[in-house]
Amino acid sequence: MSSSLRNFLITRIFLTIPMIWILITMVFFVMRVLPGDPIRSQLGPKVSEEQANAIRERLGLNRPLYVQYFDFLWKMVTLDFGTALTQGERPIIDELGEKLPATIELTIPAMAFTAIFGIASGAYAAKNRKKPIDYGLRLFSIAVYSIPIFFMGLLFQIIFSVRIPILPLAGRMDTLMMTNFQPITHFYILDSILQGNWSAFWSCISHLILPSLTLGLALTGVFIRLTRVNMIEMLQADFITAGRARGLPEPRLVYKHALRNTFIPILTLIGLQFAILLAGAVLTETTFSWPGMGRYLVDRIELRDYTAVQATIGVFAFFVAIISLAMDFLYAFVDPRIRY
Amino acid sequence: MNSDEKTLVQVRNLSVTYHTRLGPVSAVNDISFDINRSEILGLVGESGCGKSTLGKALMRMIMPPGEISGGSILFNGKDVMQFDQKRLRDFRGRQISMIFQDPMTSLNPVQRVDEHVIEAIQVHEEKPDKEDVISRVKALIERLGIQERRLRDYPHQLSGGMRQRVMIGLGLVLNADLIIADEATTSLDVIVEAMLVDQLREIREEFGVALLMITHNIALVAEIADRIAVMYAGKIVELGDIKEIFDNPLHPYTRGLLRSVPSIRLDDREELFKMSGEPPNLTHPPSGCRFHPRCPEAMPICSRIGPGMDEVSPGRWVHCWLYQDHPQKDRSTIKVNA
Repeated sequence: MSSSLRNFLITRIFLTIPMIWILITMVFFVMRVLPGDPIRSQLGPKVSEEQANAIRERLGLNRPLYVQYFDFLWKMVTLDFGTALTQGERPIIDELGEKLPATIELTIPAMAFTAIFGIASGAYAAKNRKKPIDYGLRLFSIAVYSIPIFFMGLLFQIIFSVRIPILPLAGRMDTLMMTNFQPITHFYILDSILQGNWSAFWSCISHLILPSLTLGLALTGVFIRLTRVNMIEMLQADFITAGRARGLPEPRLVYKHALRNTFIPILTLIGLQFAILLAGAVLTETTFSWPGMGRYLVDRIELRDYTAVQATIGVFAFFVAIISLAMDFLYAFVDPRIRY
Repeated sequence: MNSDEKTLVQVRNLSVTYHTRLGPVSAVNDISFDINRSEILGLVGESGCGKSTLGKALMRMIMPPGEISGGSILFNGKDVMQFDQKRLRDFRGRQISMIFQDPMTSLNPVQRVDEHVIEAIQVHEEKPDKEDVISRVKALIERLGIQERRLRDYPHQLSGGMRQRVMIGLGLVLNADLIIADEATTSLDVIVEAMLVDQLREIREEFGVALLMITHNIALVAEIADRIAVMYAGKIVELGDIKEIFDNPLHPYTRGLLRSVPSIRLDDREELFKMSGEPPNLTHPPSGCRFHPRCPEAMPICSRIGPGMDEVSPGRWVHCWLYQDHPQKDRSTIKVNA
């Protein structure tokens, strides 16, 4: 690791801190500007004002706003997420410990699907430019890009769970199986493997297919189009012509030489799409009753659970920042011309 | 143009047409010539005269919307036009190779120098011995004046001249019989260009490879080539020994071309010759001889009937009515179908 690479990393990490700070500050104030509060949203109007005030006092919500804000910031710095304000006031860290693995379990296959399928079919379309398969893939990419995620999810549910009941409708695992399943890490697939519980494992896999496919397809369109455009440009590059003039086989030129050179814009896109992936996860989790961060966030926004929402969005921001940092780091591996 | 032992390539009546929206463009029109073994043939002409297209056509590298619309190419006596894809791939690289104008972009930026060379060997030879391949690559690269440690560099770490030498190496590593250099030295500075030209000459001596130098730089050709072919608007207008053509250009275009080159002997007051007119639009080429609208010596027949390629003296070919006879040559009005 060169010293310039170290400098680059340090700079990037220091740039990430104000980014997350601005975001959580916005969330902090927006949540409090919104009408309603966690007490009323949970207990309803029947609770008397004295009772409500007592709860507010206990949760520290009666303090001046700036005191609450600096208290919150200090806790964030010390990585203390506090406790939720609603639904049993459990420590946030425990709640996220259950929800985050669910979201990761959903998004990793989705991202893998979208990257592999998107890049492969984009490259294939570029190779067969102006042939029927190219037009087909372009149409497909527009279609999946423009269909709303929840609609696509509903469509899949109707087709594959209702009309042709081959896949489960919702959830992470069979409900009956859930009752005697003891999660360890809350990555259910990992847990079922650790416990050697193969029926639980297959149940997890079958529950995962539709949501991850929905989420993955929604992002695939952009990958197909970006890969295709860059590949077309690359296939006209001089070094491809030169390679052809040396008698290199066509598949090698397309899938080795040209494709590797299109990875720079693709990596950028993966970094950018990751944020959209998390946003998509919110909709997908809601559609498929997937008990992850996305659904948790939506539930807690409705309950005006300030601390839970702040922590969830903070974690999202952290992941987006980490991924984009990782992408910057990967550039140098893909392209020898980039040195930090 | 008799075929014999020393002929490497025989091109006969070769035509290349690009099918554009504005209609077919005949970029190469009914060209015939030979390339001899281990000779350096210069192919000169203005931009857009079809010289690069001709080079690509020799490798059958014309991409749609272009196509080779007629003629034949015999390479070592084999008909290149009959090759299937597999044979063609073997042909390219093993027998014929090409160096391009821009050394900055003709190597894969994410592949190391040695990977390029090793890949070329691996693709063309069945089960090459790894040790042997590496030692061959090292020997070749050092022969070309590139240090061994540079093999592990990426193209962007090399200078333009070095990259072009790597390209030459890629052409030589499989012992190709013909290397086509398409404006290979144009983007290099004069010093590096001179070094590369020297090197090409040495390589010809050492490896016995033939070179087709495609360039618009007639001075460069004068320095290196054995023979020269002058191209104008998709036609070879004059072909012959370099000395003879420089001493006594026959075609009016060649004359104009040679007079338009600055010479150190040129008197200060004497201005450079500038040929009037522009190269023709090849969608609608001029009738008859394609050069006649710009030709200072045009005759009535020139605008009606194109001349043939005629051998005026052994090895000296000219495409001009000045040196050919036609029953109606001296008439002022010509019937085309006479």
